[in-house]
Amino acid sequence: MKHWTFRLSNGKVSFQLSLRWLLIMLVCFLVVGTLFILSLSIGSNWIPIVDVFLELTGYIDQHSYVVETLRLPRVLLAMLVGASLGIAGLILQNLVRNPLASPDIIGITSGASLGAVLFIIFGTGIVSMKFLPLAAIVGGICAAMLIYIISWNNGVTPIRLVLIGIGISAILKASITFFLVLSETATTTKAYIWLTGSLYGANMSDVLAMSLWLLIPLPVLLIWGRSLNVAELGDDISISMGINVQRQRLLFLMCSVVFAGTAAAFAGGIEFVGLMAPHIARRLVGKSFIGLVPVTALVGAFIVMLADLIARSLFLPLDIPAGVFTAAIGAPFFIYLLFQNRHR
Amino acid sequence: MLGLQTKNLSLQYGDYSVIQDLSFQIPAGKITVLVGANGSGKSTLLRSLARLLKPQTGDVLIDEQKLQSLSSKEIAQQLAILPQGPLAPEGITVQQLVKQGRYPHQRWFQQWSEKDEDLVERAIAATQLQLHKDRAVDSLSGGQRQRAWIAMTLAQETPILLLDEPTTYLDMTHQIEVLDFLFELNRTEQRTIVMVLHDLNLACRYADHLVAIHHQTVAVQGPPENIVTVEMVQEVFGMEVAVSEDPFFGTPLCIPKGKGRYIK
Repeated sequence: MKHWTFRLSNGKVSFQLSLRWLLIMLVCFLVVGTLFILSLSIGSNWIPIVDVFLELTGYIDQHSYVVETLRLPRVLLAMLVGASLGIAGLILQNLVRNPLASPDIIGITSGASLGAVLFIIFGTGIVSMKFLPLAAIVGGICAAMLIYIISWNNGVTPIRLVLIGIGISAILKASITFFLVLSETATTTKAYIWLTGSLYGANMSDVLAMSLWLLIPLPVLLIWGRSLNVAELGDDISISMGINVQRQRLLFLMCSVVFAGTAAAFAGGIEFVGLMAPHIARRLVGKSFIGLVPVTALVGAFIVMLADLIARSLFLPLDIPAGVFTAAIGAPFFIYLLFQNRHR
Repeated sequence: MLGLQTKNLSLQYGDYSVIQDLSFQIPAGKITVLVGANGSGKSTLLRSLARLLKPQTGDVLIDEQKLQSLSSKEIAQQLAILPQGPLAPEGITVQQLVKQGRYPHQRWFQQWSEKDEDLVERAIAATQLQLHKDRAVDSLSGGQRQRAWIAMTLAQETPILLLDEPTTYLDMTHQIEVLDFLFELNRTEQRTIVMVLHDLNLACRYADHLVAIHHQTVAVQGPPENIVTVEMVQEVFGMEVAVSEDPFFGTPLCIPKGKGRYIK
């Protein structure tokens, strides 16, 4: 494999990039960019691609309501949601050394969902709907803390984290159902649509708010992400390399929660993206964590953008939640992974 | 060079005491081999020397500084441990594995310096894995795999190297190959090597300093030719042996009694 090495002459800064990675990144950018333009063009009101370009660059102002007010925020949000779900899954899979881990399996997404459902049932009318994302993020963090505390036994091991996470996830899902049954029909319908994961009605302030949330965990990934490569070699080797394993686990679990919780907060329970995106990215560029982050983000963005495009344009005039389609591809993908892993 | 030592070290697994009140010193720049019966605590002791296990009481010292007073990263530049039977992630290549050894010397903006590149290449060359460096570790033979892991610890560039049974699961040829390599490494670069070995005869051949663990402490230590006797083996291993001389090296050779076929 060919590599490109970057070094400052004083030796203070040095990196190595594989050419394959650069190439794949370029292709991913092009593919996501194309889908971005297509998503702005396709819908109940078809807008020619040339017009989309002209609209975005400000030369014409003919379709500004459809392109800039309705579609642009929705597509951007789908991108951010997909990217953060992908990264959340990537972090978890590395952290617990299990390729089948993802935030929706170990209960982080369920925690966020419960937070949101409680907010929809008890909070609406009292507090503005603007605070729904906050309720979901708090729910996700609470779930993660609970899992972490129950798993604690002189430190936390990956397998305990996963098993207890699955248990907590089941309890949380049961509570969600419980509260849904208790609530009024109108509220239930609203909560259900949210739970399946929909990008309907996204606006620019959502996009901005979500971007700000994502700024919190990004520096952590950039600075300490390398240690997740070593984490794959096991606890003993990690300690031997000078990594504080318990601190690393807590830090990255929280990172993953912020990514997954934010995504759930703005787009509901879109499932399986956190599982699929890292796998596809690994097939493309291999195992190095830092290299995987941007590729996984782009793959995740692609999946959610595509799911949302299909969901809102294939069954016109219905606007189906995007989560239906990620689950439709994701569930068979999960079974395929289980099948592949059966001999290991 | 002061190297590693323990002071009043006690180790426990749950309620079970493994090592009690042990104070001893690992000679710097030499090969030290820990031996003992199964469950005697030799691996536990090795793990505690590398801070993988916290002492119940007492301390492990490196150059007269307590391990607890140093940051984990500082220790990582002083000593590396290769645990028993490490598992490589699926599909990782030899070179990628060896590169990980540079972790304690890197920073997030300084990930691939010339020194990194040079040391990784040297570690791969030293373990004779140049031809296999782009192969997946899980596709290698047992001996090659073990050498890949050793190469990773070499790339960590530490003066002290701890290895927990580096020859487990290897056939005779590969055992000698790994041990010869470690011997060469010690003789050419004076790195301190501490390892746990099961085979007492190989231990006698390669060790400058032999440490026998028994009754939760160091029962006896010293150059193998001075300490390995019929009585010592009886005491430490509970085995009746005859002690002879290795026909190649003159080091002690223990021949266990027991049952078997007589042909004379």
